[in-house]
Amino acid sequence: MRLLVWLPLLVLALPFTSFLLLAVVAPLRRRGRAAGGVGIATIAAALGAALLIWREGFRHTATWAWLPGDGGPMATVGMLVDPLTNAMLVLVTLVSLLVQVYSLAYLHDEPAPSLGRYYTYQSLFAFSMLGLVLAPGFLQMFVFWELVGLCSYLLIGYWYERPAAARAAVKAFWITKLGDLGFVIGIVMLWAATGTFEFEALFARAQEHALAIPALGTIMFLVYLGAVGKSAQFPLHVWLPDAMEGPTPVSALIHAATMVTAGVYMVTRAQPLFALVPEVLALIGWVGAFTALLAATMACVENDIKRVLAYSTVSQLGYMMAAAGAGAADAGFFHLLTHGLFKALLFLGAGAVIHAVGSNDIFRMGGLFRAMPQTGLVFLVGTLALAGVPPLTGFFSKEAVLGGVWEARMTWPFLMLAVTAFLTAFYMFRVVFTVFFGDARGESHAHEPAWAMRGPLWLLAGLTVVLGLRFAAGGGAHHGPTWLAPLSVALALAGIVLAWAMYQRGALDPRRVAAAFPLSVLDALARRRYGLDALYGGVYRGVVLAFSRLIGWIDRYLVDGMLNVVSAWTLRGGDMLRGIQSGVPQDYVYGVAFGVLLLFVWARLWMR
Amino acid sequence: MSLISYLTLAALVFAIGLFGVLTRRNAIGILLGIELMLNAVNINLVAFARFHGDVAGLVFTLFTIAITVAEVAVGLALVIVIFRVRRTVDADRLDLLRG
Repeated sequence: MRLLVWLPLLVLALPFTSFLLLAVVAPLRRRGRAAGGVGIATIAAALGAALLIWREGFRHTATWAWLPGDGGPMATVGMLVDPLTNAMLVLVTLVSLLVQVYSLAYLHDEPAPSLGRYYTYQSLFAFSMLGLVLAPGFLQMFVFWELVGLCSYLLIGYWYERPAAARAAVKAFWITKLGDLGFVIGIVMLWAATGTFEFEALFARAQEHALAIPALGTIMFLVYLGAVGKSAQFPLHVWLPDAMEGPTPVSALIHAATMVTAGVYMVTRAQPLFALVPEVLALIGWVGAFTALLAATMACVENDIKRVLAYSTVSQLGYMMAAAGAGAADAGFFHLLTHGLFKALLFLGAGAVIHAVGSNDIFRMGGLFRAMPQTGLVFLVGTLALAGVPPLTGFFSKEAVLGGVWEARMTWPFLMLAVTAFLTAFYMFRVVFTVFFGDARGESHAHEPAWAMRGPLWLLAGLTVVLGLRFAAGGGAHHGPTWLAPLSVALALAGIVLAWAMYQRGALDPRRVAAAFPLSVLDALARRRYGLDALYGGVYRGVVLAFSRLIGWIDRYLVDGMLNVVSAWTLRGGDMLRGIQSGVPQDYVYGVAFGVLLLFVWARLWMR
Repeated sequence: MSLISYLTLAALVFAIGLFGVLTRRNAIGILLGIELMLNAVNINLVAFARFHGDVAGLVFTLFTIAITVAEVAVGLALVIVIFRVRRTVDADRLDLLRG
């Protein structure tokens, strides 16, 4: 039992060791596959430790003083281990391991040094994400929060020689920074008011109603802003679809299963604090539901398979946030876990398809089920789970979210989420019918991927089914009214049938549906991404670049100008003084003699 | 003979020496000027020793003469080396230090 205390730290230390090893020992990193071996071995060990912790249902808090201050440390570092952490540890290490194994096959064409770099980043990411999950206080969480942001930047820009990837990396970095600014201001204000960053101390005070800070609403809103950026909530969701420029396994790990859920995790973790400010909670719920709906409409018109999945991720994050906002953070967290598994499955499946076809455009694929039945089958499992078809995991978590929102009497967000459930089934089956069924398009040399890629897919699909069956056997967690389960199944089936009619049967022409009046406006708006990207681009060019130019002008002409004048004067003065040095010894003797004479005169006149 | 006349003589010799140092273009001439200035100092020292009845001045003078000899030896050696290298001892043309 005493040893168990150190297990969470071991989970944290293993990926860090791998990162240090790969970062410092350059020959190992340049070997590529060997670097991958190191990363996979350490993360596998971390998964083992995480599973052990999870099985024991371990609870432990340990903190160490970090920043010294008068009367106790200003801030602490340490670990907070509870059921929430245990579940996250298993999810993060499991998906990390599967993604790292998958990447060995997916990126086998990469040159060895770049592959080594990839695994270095992967290890750093695993370390940062685990540190974020284990954080016992806001400050440590913020530090790791920024680290995962850095890893996201590095991995989106993994193919940095592609301009689109480099731009997407910078965009992701800046837009999430916008939210992080709120986060850091929020936690510093919270610290100024309470004198602590630690969750347990804050929760204890919240329970005793001793947290009557007048600005608590503002503080929690600012903290929530961090989650808006990280978890791609409206209006800061624009970075996530662009982040698909990174390698597909990275999208599966960072932009579906783990990093983007950090915002949801943080809101869940700080639930006792958010509960004190109902107006912020209501905002979280409304924004979450709105994000879910908005992203779902955009997913319906997207042709890039990864971007469809990215919008779907934004939409599902909206679900989780809506649940947290409705006070049902457990349901949101439950959805986070199930979504992490099946969305990673979908991304990895999409990666296998892209690997085989060599294109991201779903309309250049088709009839792939015959060529790659295993990938098709697991992709179908993931899609059914995402659409919320029983008895897969997605059904139970989605029902829990909908039930939580309904019970919080948030009728409009509930309706938005219900429409989203319908749209989710529709757009996912649009992809499935177009990609796996129907006529084969383009050259068909598609084939099943290597076992390193198929293994993770099967494992994730198996988990989605087995866990779903276990929830079903356990009767599920009954939330909300009895009509909820039939409703959500009906919505999912309606979406599937509509997609079948439009993209498989051909009974409805998608172009004619999109041209019908109320839909045509929506279609045009969704295709333009509601003008948000253009708006941000305009603001960036109009304000940020103009301001930078102004600063640049001041620096170049005022600051540099002043220094240039000073240096020019110095040079000219030196030139003038140089004439005195004739190099003829007699001139110097003249100088000495004249100086002595001057001294005499001075002594005569002034030194009486 | 009063002290003043010795001091006047020394001042004259010093001034002649300084004039020589400043105006001669030949390095050997400059060295000669320096010799004159040093000997003006010697005259001063001896005169003060005589009129104050203090032998310290005489001792100093002996030292000065010995050091002067050494200085001339080094100075002339330098001038000869310079002449060998530059083929001139004209002070105006030895201006490597010009800024």
